[in-house]
Amino acid sequence: MERQVPGKEFLSVTVQRGQPGEAVRMQTFQVPAQDNQSVLDVVSWIQQNANPSLTYRFACRVGMCGSCAMMVNDVPRWTCRTHVSKVAKAGVIAIAPLRNLPLIKDLVADLDPFFDKWTDAEAHHHPTRDRDQPIAAVDPDSRERRQANAGIECINCAVCYAACDTVAGNPDFLGPAALQRAWTLYNDTKNADKNAVLDAVTGQGGCHTCHSLGSCTNLCPNELDPTAAIAGLKRASARRFFGRD
Amino acid sequence: MSALQLFIVQRLTALIMAPLVLAHLAVMAYAIHGGLSVAEILGRTQGSWLWFGFYGLFVVAASSHAAIGLRAVLTEWVGFRGRLGGRLRDLGCAVFGLALFGLGARAVWAVTLANTATAGVGL
Ligand code: SF4
Ligand code: SF4
Ligand code: FES
Repeated sequence: MERQVPGKEFLSVTVQRGQPGEAVRMQTFQVPAQDNQSVLDVVSWIQQNANPSLTYRFACRVGMCGSCAMMVNDVPRWTCRTHVSKVAKAGVIAIAPLRNLPLIKDLVADLDPFFDKWTDAEAHHHPTRDRDQPIAAVDPDSRERRQANAGIECINCAVCYAACDTVAGNPDFLGPAALQRAWTLYNDTKNADKNAVLDAVTGQGGCHTCHSLGSCTNLCPNELDPTAAIAGLKRASARRFFGRD
Repeated sequence: MSALQLFIVQRLTALIMAPLVLAHLAVMAYAIHGGLSVAEILGRTQGSWLWFGFYGLFVVAASSHAAIGLRAVLTEWVGFRGRLGGRLRDLGCAVFGLALFGLGARAVWAVTLANTATAGVGL
């Protein structure tokens, strides 16, 4: 363990420990502060220098893979690209696993329910052609394509899912990311079955469950706008209801 | 009703109520600032199909809107979900909506057409 050097700053970092079947507890570590330091750096420092059994998840460290999201001072963040100076309050950080998801261990939440809902939202491709046919042309300037483009950079980090109070209140709600994915498919000219997508997202727990509070859009690290995507699905379903599509 | 139908009814009733609420507030302000007596108010509303239509529509919209809103609150905050919970919730909200409708309809009837319906006076 690093010795406390006089004049050197330390962060007081509290991490949640424990797994299902045992009492969850909080453990606080003094972590040397650096000028440039991400929340993931802090977690890694604890695991490498203070407590090797601390369990957490990451892969790319550059904001691509979406595996490192955690609750940081009660707000869901991608930890690899969240600078400590942005979130620490007087040198104090509390880190916990993502909310609205089952716990695996320590800082790792089980993302299965999150991905299951992508499947429930029909969020997979329904092809229009087979491999022998020429590739369909996509007009990049069309309204549909622009609406699809707005949502395709999702990294499946589940930050929005953890941010959503409607998911917290109603576990049946598909949630922002799955619905946004459905909206991109709905607008994809290469996707054959628009109606299947719309059917999947208009049942119980579908797009109409969303209260448009915007926590998802507010916290999405890729600055995507699931709230707008969900509003698009609501509009599309209403148009179809009145026979205008 | 399906989630989509409930959503459509909720949005349409909101759309209907927005102007009605404003008109209602304006009428209230006028009635109170103008110092109208009960008799004067009733004199204007009784026998009026216009006020019957105005407040009748209001009551229909408000009672369905409130029942659907309550349904969402029960789902998310009280945890009435699943087969049994969902049934209980839907039944409770339907009763609540009908009760609101009954109370409102009774009031609208009393101040507009109650005495005139039998007398057969219009407008
Ligand atoms: S806008 Fe909808 S999906 Fe996004 S956080 Fe709010 S309720 Fe959840
Ligand atoms: S929409 Fe944004 S917050 Fe949600 S999973 Fe995708 S990248 Fe993460
Ligand atoms: S580790 Fe891949 S997004 Fe953070």
